[in-house]
Amino acid sequence: MSEPVTMLETPIRIDYEFTAGLAQSRYLKGIAEGRFLGQRCPKCGKVYVPPRGSCPTDGVPTTDEVVLGNTGIVTTYCVVNVPFQGQSIEIPYICAQILLDGANIAFMGLIQEVPTDEIRMGMRVEAVWVDKKDLGPTMASVKYFRPSGEPDAAYETYEEYL
Amino acid sequence: MAPPSGQGRPVRPVAVVSFAQSDSVRREEHRNDVEMLQPVIQDVFAKVGLTKDDMGFVCSGSCDYLVGAPFSFVQALDAVGAWPPMRESHVEMDGAFAFYEAWTQLREGDIDTALVFSFGRSSMSQLGRVLTLQLDPYYMAPLWPDPVALAALQAQALIDTGRYGEADFAAVAARSRRDARQNPHAQVKGDHSPEELLGDDYVVAPLRRHALPPITDGAAAVILAAGERARALCERPAWITGMDHRIETHALGARDLTTSPTTRRAAGGAGLLDGDGDGGGASVTVDVAELHAPFAHQELILRDALGLGDGVSVNPSGGALAANGVMVAGLVRIGEAAGRIMDGTARTALAHATSGPCLQQNLVCALAAEPAGDGRR
Amino acid sequence: MAESEVLRAPHTIEYTYTRSVGPVIGAFLTGLRDGKILGATTGGGRVVVPPTEYDPITSEDVGELVEVGPSGIVTTWAWAARPLPDQPLDRPFAWALVQLDGADTGMLHVVDAAGPEAMASGMRVTARWRSAGDRIGHLRDIECFVAEGARG
Repeated sequence: MSEPVTMLETPIRIDYEFTAGLAQSRYLKGIAEGRFLGQRCPKCGKVYVPPRGSCPTDGVPTTDEVVLGNTGIVTTYCVVNVPFQGQSIEIPYICAQILLDGANIAFMGLIQEVPTDEIRMGMRVEAVWVDKKDLGPTMASVKYFRPSGEPDAAYETYEEYL
Repeated sequence: MAPPSGQGRPVRPVAVVSFAQSDSVRREEHRNDVEMLQPVIQDVFAKVGLTKDDMGFVCSGSCDYLVGAPFSFVQALDAVGAWPPMRESHVEMDGAFAFYEAWTQLREGDIDTALVFSFGRSSMSQLGRVLTLQLDPYYMAPLWPDPVALAALQAQALIDTGRYGEADFAAVAARSRRDARQNPHAQVKGDHSPEELLGDDYVVAPLRRHALPPITDGAAAVILAAGERARALCERPAWITGMDHRIETHALGARDLTTSPTTRRAAGGAGLLDGDGDGGGASVTVDVAELHAPFAHQELILRDALGLGDGVSVNPSGGALAANGVMVAGLVRIGEAAGRIMDGTARTALAHATSGPCLQQNLVCALAAEPAGDGRR
Repeated sequence: MAESEVLRAPHTIEYTYTRSVGPVIGAFLTGLRDGKILGATTGGGRVVVPPTEYDPITSEDVGELVEVGPSGIVTTWAWAARPLPDQPLDRPFAWALVQLDGADTGMLHVVDAAGPEAMASGMRVTARWRSAGDRIGHLRDIECFVAEGARG
């Protein structure tokens, strides 16, 4: 008599069509042109990047488009040592929250070209894009961020974003 | 039955004071969930001159699997603006069940207003496969039965009782589409005779295309208020005189699919039938009943469960056959029923919402132009 | 921006869950692997198939598992003229609730029949099993049901 059945495999697969919506489509088109676009809330004046179509604080549409530069501040970071299925980045690698100049919210990005024991909060970084011919409406257009060489930002300039 | 208030205070009556909905469309081509929801939120507030800062509680109903985005319900709060931090909750169910949660919060007595909203874009996915994921993973989902197949089993069982046939299903569909012409937000409208509709091909026999709900993208929102606050905000609040939610076993073959006993019990619990509604033959009498019946034969089952007579106006909005935003259509039933009280065309109304295959769970909400006399409900 | 410029992309969610089945469902699936169908007896004397861990009406624990079927009656059915991906058969078939001999509830499965005219509520059907070597302890160890007396 063989062993009783104790487990059942249930494979699931669902195919979707994802629409980026109006605000995110604008953002990705900007990325395809090699630039970061944010949107400003008409009520509180904050600039969100990537824009979400609505200010998460005030619940009103963010309609004013703002072109942001390529540089910003590392507000916080972590050094990743854990491998996961399907990863393409070599470990250890640095994952950071990057506050672009002019933005009021940080986003996550990969940091390269700096040893993992030299990364620090307040480091100023710049985006490294793919070659112009390879730009597309995808975050893969931004290869990573690297130190810009500028002096570190003072803690007070980014502490409210922590 | 009304639960006792925690501190022994009389339970204040709660009312719907505002309702807003997007147009129900086959496909929301350009906007994402937040962009689709935002004008609805702004509209529901504008109707009563309130803002998010006036809300004591916010509750939403939606399903992340409709767009395949985990925590999409969290992002949806961008349409409201979740700052300063607010008392907020969510159900992975139709907004009608979020409405139930908000009602219980208001009855506790320490808040006066609540916002309930729901949204969903069924067009983004293979809706049939998504809904199959809610089924028993051991005994049902491995066969991948789609919702039309399950509803068709119920429809055939109903035909086998001898009570109704395909012509009756077509009559429900024809009436729904005709009534939907009066509803600017409805999706499927038209003037067809039942005989014309019976020319449709079967999708899963015995259900033809007209007996099925449309695929719908849309959003809806409701504001509730308690006691004097409701009277201050709205000329004719739609008072909730009772509400109840009952669920049958998920074992499909252990249920009677043709009678909806939980709708009857929920109507009893909402005070629309004596006791728990178990007394046979009792009937619900209201001016308007908005029944969440995504399949035409289900309206007939629900009518019988509630004992609705010919004097009741059923689904004047066109119902779920005219617009069936998954996660939204139940809340829209509540909003539409409440709307008839708020605009003065009805004195009493019933809204029903369902979830799960073949009317497995049912919520009944009783609404009226006056709150229940002794404040118990 | 022009609404025509909204970006879209295909997106797939895919995962194979491995679920523990517990003693009641596990016994049912083990039975299927061994070519038999089991139901659970309830306090009220009903036999629930497929077996639930608790009485669906009283919520009490269920009792012994007993063998039912392999034949029974179709209590309701529906004709799938256009099967969808992952459904049990890739030719038109009937969905059915089958109340097996000895059971008091219906089990969801499919009936392989020539057409809707070959189906009727109340008809007797019998399980068509996968070969013993292909059975793994899964609802689809039963490939489908066929009209009793029909050649499987």
